[in-house]
Amino acid sequence: MACESWSAKLDAYVDGELSPSESKDVATHLRECTSCAAYALGLVQMKRSIAAAGKRYQPGAEFREKIQKTIGTKRQRGGSWYWKIVAIPAALVLILSVAVNLYVDREKARRERVYSELADLHVATLASGSPVDVISTDRHTVKPWFQGKIPFSFNLPELQGTDFTLVGGRITYLAQSPGAHLIYRLRQHEISVFIFQDRGDETAALASAPVSTLSFTVEGWKKKGLRYFVVGDVGAQDIESLSKLLRDAG
Amino acid sequence: MSAAAFEELALPLFEQLYNFAHWLAQDASEAEDLVQETYAKALRAFSGFQPGTNFQAWMFRILRNTFLTSRTGLKSTAVRDDEIETIASTAPNPETVLLERADHEMLRQALTELPVTFREILLLCEVEEMSYEEIAQVLAIPIGTVTSRLYRARKALRALMVEKFKGAPHGV
Repeated sequence: MACESWSAKLDAYVDGELSPSESKDVATHLRECTSCAAYALGLVQMKRSIAAAGKRYQPGAEFREKIQKTIGTKRQRGGSWYWKIVAIPAALVLILSVAVNLYVDREKARRERVYSELADLHVATLASGSPVDVISTDRHTVKPWFQGKIPFSFNLPELQGTDFTLVGGRITYLAQSPGAHLIYRLRQHEISVFIFQDRGDETAALASAPVSTLSFTVEGWKKKGLRYFVVGDVGAQDIESLSKLLRDAG
Repeated sequence: MSAAAFEELALPLFEQLYNFAHWLAQDASEAEDLVQETYAKALRAFSGFQPGTNFQAWMFRILRNTFLTSRTGLKSTAVRDDEIETIASTAPNPETVLLERADHEMLRQALTELPVTFREILLLCEVEEMSYEEIAQVLAIPIGTVTSRLYRARKALRALMVEKFKGAPHGV
């Protein structure tokens, strides 16, 4: 039987939980006390036996796999959570950007088609023997000529003090829609001004800044329910100047 | 702390956790449930784990708490304190029990029969080789209680072993 005063310490001693000085005291006592030494030996044997007997249960391979998968899956789920946070908006952005690009491409194609048509009208008119049906440098003559021929009216700018001269006008069609085709002259260049009703379709999304297409410069804008296009082989600055005059007048 | 860091820390403990869970629950299927729940809980709580603290003790504590709230756990801890005291106080001197003569199966049987309070502390100390401080963390008790409970657990185990030796045909 271990000594009463030491027995409480012997467990902690064999467990290595005593301070160095306490361990030294116990070790000294064990050399002198047979019963405590036997008790301590019994404890050590018990520790070894429990350690060996306690390692008893082994998990199966399937369960191990399951846990590995659980942790792995969890990680993926974590990833999937992350994926939701990051990838869904990213996917939306992608979808939107594709949609926007498609829209932009379509609009671009539509605009190019319209500009091509306008450029064709411009060239065809100038190449014809009678480019204008009403020949007049006077806007007060030209404007009334269109009355009753097209379903809208418009204002034309006063050109006094500018380099632009009004040549005349004619009826034209764009996408089966009748409009006014006015021809102005700037130095040796003819510039076409097209005015159509804004129907919110083919002509709706045209660029308001001068755009160069097929060696012509085109500018379009919308004002008071009308669509204006200025087409010519002059520079963008001249196109813009005429456009400004027309805008101010309209 | 990422899930990858959790996996790196937690997976090496898998066999130990399973062994401990099986010892607690005394059933393979329940042990699997305990381990699985432990990993799930630990992963969820991993962001709150303080790096630098004892991860093993943290995992074992989660496992033990999971066990205590399980049906088996609630039943096994229903052993009254005075019963535990009786078991512990009837222990003979250690030198009368020659544990080296006892085969593992007999010792295992004795461990199984111990109240879970004693069984778990012995396993943590001897099998997991945890320090008193680590055991205190797992069991959420003061170190002084670890010392006294371990002492009583050993006494109780010795008492059971003596009984088994007496009952065994080759007993002393």
